[in-house]
Amino acid sequence: MTSIEEVIGQSQHRGSLSRAMNFQAFWVLVAAILACLALTFLTDAFASERNLFNVSRNFAFVAIIAIGMTVVIASGGIDLSVGSTVVLTAMVISVLMSGGSGFWISALAALAAALLVGLLNGILIAYVGMPPFVVTLGMLSAARSLAMVLSNNKMIWEFGPDHDLLLWIGGGSTLGLPHPLYALLTLAIIAGLILRWTRWGQHVFAIGGNEQAATLTGIPVKRLKVSVYMFSAFTAGVTGILMAGWLGSVTTNLGQSMELAVIAAAVIGGANLAGGEGTVLGAVVGALLIEVIRNSLILLGISAFWQGMFIGSFIIIAVAFDRIRKLRSSD
Amino acid sequence: MSRLKLSGVSKSFGAIRALENVSIEVAPGEVMGLMGDNGAGKSTLVKIVAGNFRPTQGDIFIDGRKVEYHRPIDARREGVEVVYQDLALCDNLTAASNVFLGREPTLGRAPFRIIDYPQMRRRSAELFAQLKSETRPRDLVRRMSGGQRQAVAIARTLLSDAKIVLMDEPTAAISVRQVAEVLDLIRRLRDRGLSVILISHRMPDVFAVCDRIAVLRRGSLVASKPVSQSSPEEVTGLITGAIETA
Repeated sequence: MTSIEEVIGQSQHRGSLSRAMNFQAFWVLVAAILACLALTFLTDAFASERNLFNVSRNFAFVAIIAIGMTVVIASGGIDLSVGSTVVLTAMVISVLMSGGSGFWISALAALAAALLVGLLNGILIAYVGMPPFVVTLGMLSAARSLAMVLSNNKMIWEFGPDHDLLLWIGGGSTLGLPHPLYALLTLAIIAGLILRWTRWGQHVFAIGGNEQAATLTGIPVKRLKVSVYMFSAFTAGVTGILMAGWLGSVTTNLGQSMELAVIAAAVIGGANLAGGEGTVLGAVVGALLIEVIRNSLILLGISAFWQGMFIGSFIIIAVAFDRIRKLRSSD
Repeated sequence: MSRLKLSGVSKSFGAIRALENVSIEVAPGEVMGLMGDNGAGKSTLVKIVAGNFRPTQGDIFIDGRKVEYHRPIDARREGVEVVYQDLALCDNLTAASNVFLGREPTLGRAPFRIIDYPQMRRRSAELFAQLKSETRPRDLVRRMSGGQRQAVAIARTLLSDAKIVLMDEPTAAISVRQVAEVLDLIRRLRDRGLSVILISHRMPDVFAVCDRIAVLRRGSLVASKPVSQSSPEEVTGLITGAIETA
C-alpha cells in the first residue's frame, strides 16, 4: 500500500511525456497534425507547395497577434481592438509610403501608432479603471474609423520609392519560408523567454491570478497593465505592416473580425479567459489549428460563410473544455 | 523594551470615533490575541499598524522609536507584515513564486535580467522547513490545503525579516486539523522572536496560542492582560460588555 505522500510525490514527478499530455497545447497540436494528414489524403491541393505556403503565412498573421492576446488574457484582460489596430497600422504605413516616405521611417511611425492605441487602452483600463471589454470594444470602432479617415476610405496600392521592399518584406520568402513565419518565430521565442524568465512575465500571471494580491505585494499593477496592452497592440502593428506588404494593397476592411480568430487561437491554446494561464506555444498551436481547419473548409468546397460558425464554436468548445476540467479537478 | 507600542491612539472617520485613546504594548516573541465584537475597532487598529490609516491622534513606536507611515509600504519597511484573511495568494503560481511575489531575485544585468528560480526554490524550501510545513516550493497554490496556504503566506513574512506579524482571522474558514497546523505556525513565528498580533473570533484558538489578550469594545481598550490570568468566560463578558473592564 502506498502512503498519500508517495501518491502526491508520484503525481508531481511524472515523466515528460505524461506532463506533455496534460498540456492543452499538446492535444491541439495532435489535432492539427491529424487534420493535416486527413487533408493530405482527402484532397490533392492541401499538400501542394503553393497551398502550404499560403497556410503557413496566413497562420503566422493570426499567431503573431495571438501571442500578444495570450499575454493580455493571462493578465486577466481582453483586447478586442487588435483587428482595428492591424488596419490602422497598415493604413499609416501605406499612406506615409505612398506619400514618398521610406519604408523604415513609415514602419516606425506605424508601430508608434499601434503603441499609442495600446497605451490609450491601457491607461483607460488601468488608471481610469474601466472594464477591458468596453474600452477595447470602443477602440475597435474608433481605430478602424481613424484608418478610414486617414485613407479617405480609398484603396492604397502604390507605396512610393520603397514599394518593392514592402512587398518583399510582407509577401516574400527566404529559404522557401514566407517572411511572416520568421517574424512569428522571432516573436514567439522572445515572448516565450520573457513570460517564463522575467519578473515582468511572472507579474503578468500574478495579476491575472489575483490582482489584489499582486497590488498588496507592491507589484506596479497599473504600469504593468498598460505595458500588456501596448504589447498586444505592438503584435497587431507588426502584423499590419506584414499584411500590407503581403496583399500589396490596403483597404479599410483589412483585419475585420480578426480579433475573434485571434482570441479563439489563444483560448484553444490554453489561455484562460478568467486570467492567470496561457502559453506562447499554445497560442501558436491554436492559430495553426484554426488556419488548417479554415483552409480545409475551402479545399473541401464548403461555403466560406461557414467559417464564422467554426471559429465561434471553437471558442465556446475550448471554454467548455476548460469548465469541465475545472469541475473534475474540484471533485 | 516593547517591540510595538501604541500610545493614546485615536481614529475618527468624520463624526464616528472608531478608536478612542488606545494604548497597548507587545513584547518581542509575544503573541497577542486581539478580540472584540464586529465594529469594536479591531480592523481599524490593524490598519493603523499596517499603515493603511493614519491615526487621528497618538503615536506608534517600534523598538522604542517613533514611526510615522504614509503608506503600507512604509510599515513594511519598518518590519510590519500582514497576513490577510483571504491570504492574498495567486492560485495559479507555485508556492515559491508566491513567497517571492514582487521580490523575485534576479540574475544578470538590466535589461536582460532573469528570475533566479533555483534560489527561489531553495530559499522557500528552507522557510517551509523552518515552519515545519510539508509545503513543496514547486507545488501550485491551487492544489494546496488551507494549512499549506497559510504556510506560504507566513513564509512570505519570514522572507522579509518581519518583526511584527498581523494575522487577520487566519483560522476563520479552515478545518479543525488545519487550525492546529496554523496555530503551530504561529508558535514557530513566536519562537523566532517575532511578535504576532492575532485577530480572531475563535476563543479556543486565542487561548491555545496567545500570551496576552487585548479586548476592544466600541473603540476602547477594555482589557490587556496575560492569558494565564484570564478565562474565556471573562473575555466573553468583556467583549459583550457584561464585564466593564479587567
